[in-house]
Amino acid sequence: MGVLFILIGASILVALGFLIAFIWSVRSGQFEDDYTPSVRILFDNEIDTANNKGQTTIKEISKLSKTTNK
Amino acid sequence: MRYTESSKGVLGKTKCYHCGETNIGLVRFDNKDFCCEGCKLVYELLNENNLCTYYSLNHTPGNTQKSAYSGKFNYLDYKEIESALLAFSDNAQSRITFFIPKMHCSSCIWLLENLHKLNPAVISSQVNFLKKEATITYNHPNLKLSSLVELLSDIGYEPLINLNDLENKKVVPNNRKRIIKIGVAGFCFGNIMMMSFPEYFSVGKFYDRADLKTFFGVLNLFLSLPVIFYSASEFFVSAYKSIKSRYLNIDAPIAISILVIFIRSIYEIVSGAGVGYLDSMTGIVFFMLIGRYFQEKTYETLSFERDYKSYFPVAVTVTKDKKESSILVTQLKRGDRIIIRNSEIIPADSILVSESTHIDYSFVTGESKPVKKYAGELIYAGGKQLDGAIQLDTEKEVSQSYLTGLWNNDQQSQAQNKESQNFVLKINKYFVFSLLIVAVAAFGFWAFEGDAGRGIAAVTSVLIIACPCALLLSATFTNGNMLRIFGRNKFYIKNASVIERLTDVDTIVFDKTGTITHGSSVKFEGKELNEEEIAIAVSLAFNSSHPLSRKICENYPEIKKVAVTNFKEIKGQGISGIVNDKIVMMGSRYFVTEQKEEAGSSSSKVYLLIDNKVKGCFSINSFYRKGIVSIAQELKKEYSIQLLSGDNNAEKETLKQLFNSENDLHFNKQPEEKLGFIRSLQQKGHNVIMIGDGLNDAGALMQSNVGIAVSDDTNNFSPSCDAILDGSAFEKLKVFLDFAKSGKKIIVASFIVSLIYNVIGLSYAVQGTLSPVIAAILMPLSSISIVLLTTISSSLIAKIKGL
Repeated sequence: MGVLFILIGASILVALGFLIAFIWSVRSGQFEDDYTPSVRILFDNEIDTANNKGQTTIKEISKLSKTTNK
Repeated sequence: MRYTESSKGVLGKTKCYHCGETNIGLVRFDNKDFCCEGCKLVYELLNENNLCTYYSLNHTPGNTQKSAYSGKFNYLDYKEIESALLAFSDNAQSRITFFIPKMHCSSCIWLLENLHKLNPAVISSQVNFLKKEATITYNHPNLKLSSLVELLSDIGYEPLINLNDLENKKVVPNNRKRIIKIGVAGFCFGNIMMMSFPEYFSVGKFYDRADLKTFFGVLNLFLSLPVIFYSASEFFVSAYKSIKSRYLNIDAPIAISILVIFIRSIYEIVSGAGVGYLDSMTGIVFFMLIGRYFQEKTYETLSFERDYKSYFPVAVTVTKDKKESSILVTQLKRGDRIIIRNSEIIPADSILVSESTHIDYSFVTGESKPVKKYAGELIYAGGKQLDGAIQLDTEKEVSQSYLTGLWNNDQQSQAQNKESQNFVLKINKYFVFSLLIVAVAAFGFWAFEGDAGRGIAAVTSVLIIACPCALLLSATFTNGNMLRIFGRNKFYIKNASVIERLTDVDTIVFDKTGTITHGSSVKFEGKELNEEEIAIAVSLAFNSSHPLSRKICENYPEIKKVAVTNFKEIKGQGISGIVNDKIVMMGSRYFVTEQKEEAGSSSSKVYLLIDNKVKGCFSINSFYRKGIVSIAQELKKEYSIQLLSGDNNAEKETLKQLFNSENDLHFNKQPEEKLGFIRSLQQKGHNVIMIGDGLNDAGALMQSNVGIAVSDDTNNFSPSCDAILDGSAFEKLKVFLDFAKSGKKIIVASFIVSLIYNVIGLSYAVQGTLSPVIAAILMPLSSISIVLLTTISSSLIAKIKGL
């Protein structure tokens, strides 16, 4: 029966692990917003190649828009 | 996600590709239609940056662009303002959380989280959609805070920054603490329950081993410590406070019974007499905490405690020696000369220096017409400026202005008054009292029998069993569920005690402007006008700042204006001018037709004359909320209803039909008079609901037993109140009140059920034979059945009532 002490000790330790994980998840704010992540996950990733080619900074855009306005 | 209509629009008119507005003055670009240059520019910006996914996620997701003068956000670069707003800042990066009321669909989330593509200095941005907040981390040296806000406002998401943001630094939400407490209590409860299984079933031989028994006992004791000292701490704190102030609150009996169970369990475990009732104790705490969590439903974007600080801007432009600079409104001193631009709010009582202006006080006084002010006149804080930029000399500091004074009006006496009449508390008193009698009687009986040890066991068992948790759970879960049902129907209630107060009400007082009326409608009486004639009239009216002219213009937003020459405005009569080579006159009947004014008309009329022909008149009426007639009729049967308006009595005749008699109509009431009126009703013994919308009702809303603010856009500012009612749900008012009453019945019914459980438990307890197994079965059984009973019955009743 002595093994019972060890087993119960081990099971409590495992459970404590879950409790700590839970507290960590609450602290990191995972319970604060239960809506936005559900939307976020549906966004497609941009195709990277198109992105790199077309990437312009704000300054360039303002230049561009000025020239087009003329 | 919310927008599903196609972009083709109604009646063949095209909708703006960006914001969805139907408009005649379209700008075409890239094969797409836009309503204005602003929208086109946003599209251009997004297009250049490969961000057009924005448009494919939802149709017309954008916000209409309002032109803002550049430099509007310059005040954000002042060190002290900046540091008050930033949540975190070091040399390299800063983090800030903005409240962005215009966020409305998944496209908004997508665009706001892709800000880094628009400006590389933005490191990351994360949106909390329910709170309408965006947390942005950015590279501080490369991007000024003002430029960041400008970027947001350029793409149509101007953040709302007000005085309140400066004062409360973001605190860790209370919610987190409670969730952790529940988690800890649940963890301990579950494990203690498991450790107690051998005891429940008294399994076999091995449980006879004393070492195992003490092992389980001591383990349970250790597991219960975090529950007692952490999870249940709030019960002890509030019980201590209530006993100290010689007043029995609901937490006191709970705290006492938790303590009694704990002490008795320690005694049993240490002396080896038993295993105690730690499983029941942790269970009670666990269920009670869940109940509280459920009841304290909070609405993320709503705030019931708003005061002037959330209405006023953070900074104001001050001119000194012909130089303009921004300062915090709190630093505004007497004598400062400030500049207020179109549609900005006047932050402090001040004297007008510019020639004249129009001030919209509708939010402060309830008066619907803008007021014209001339140089030298005192302008009270809180009004919205309607003309171009004006200059003012500050007369009083912000905190001492008329409006702020109104708000501070005896708030304190109110808080007490509102909390004292709690239904659960009343029952609780009788319950605790009869319990003490039972406990004393049981002890007396066993002491008389000569078995004092059993007597003590009986007393502790009585306290264990009768822990009023089932009673309390029935109230918390009914109220919690009702809060959710109300919320689903757009009636947002601050907390559970408000539901209870709703049931005691016998008088309902309505404000007029914005509450039972809601905007105004413009109709043309006479032969229908063609497009050219409308354009002529609107163009003429556009040149005038008279409130009626403005309403006419607002009614035809899509009309393209034409040039007006020879414009003349004759005060109090009308306007005239030459449009499209035609002589046009608009104004009073006498001015236009030279006939006498009609008497006794409730609406305002503007006559129109084009080329010497009288075309007819625009009649401008207050627009009553949908269903107001039937609502008034139904409420009249059970409640006394009254009207309390800051406006004049122009619509007396129409309103008379809604209310019982002329005596119930009160016009031209100043904000303090409104407050006094409610107070005098209360002194006569009435319980009053005040339904209002503006700052002018703030005092009355606070004084009333239940103050309900009506708002057409719940993200907008509303004065502090007990509940916020969305304008579209106004016609359900009677159903809401009825439902609150049914809620009370549900609570009473579940009280009776929990009493039955208590009687069963007590019958064991008084005999001193309450075994841990019975306690462990009875406690969760009663709790869970009460929870089910209350939530199911309240949802059912809501369904029957059509909520």
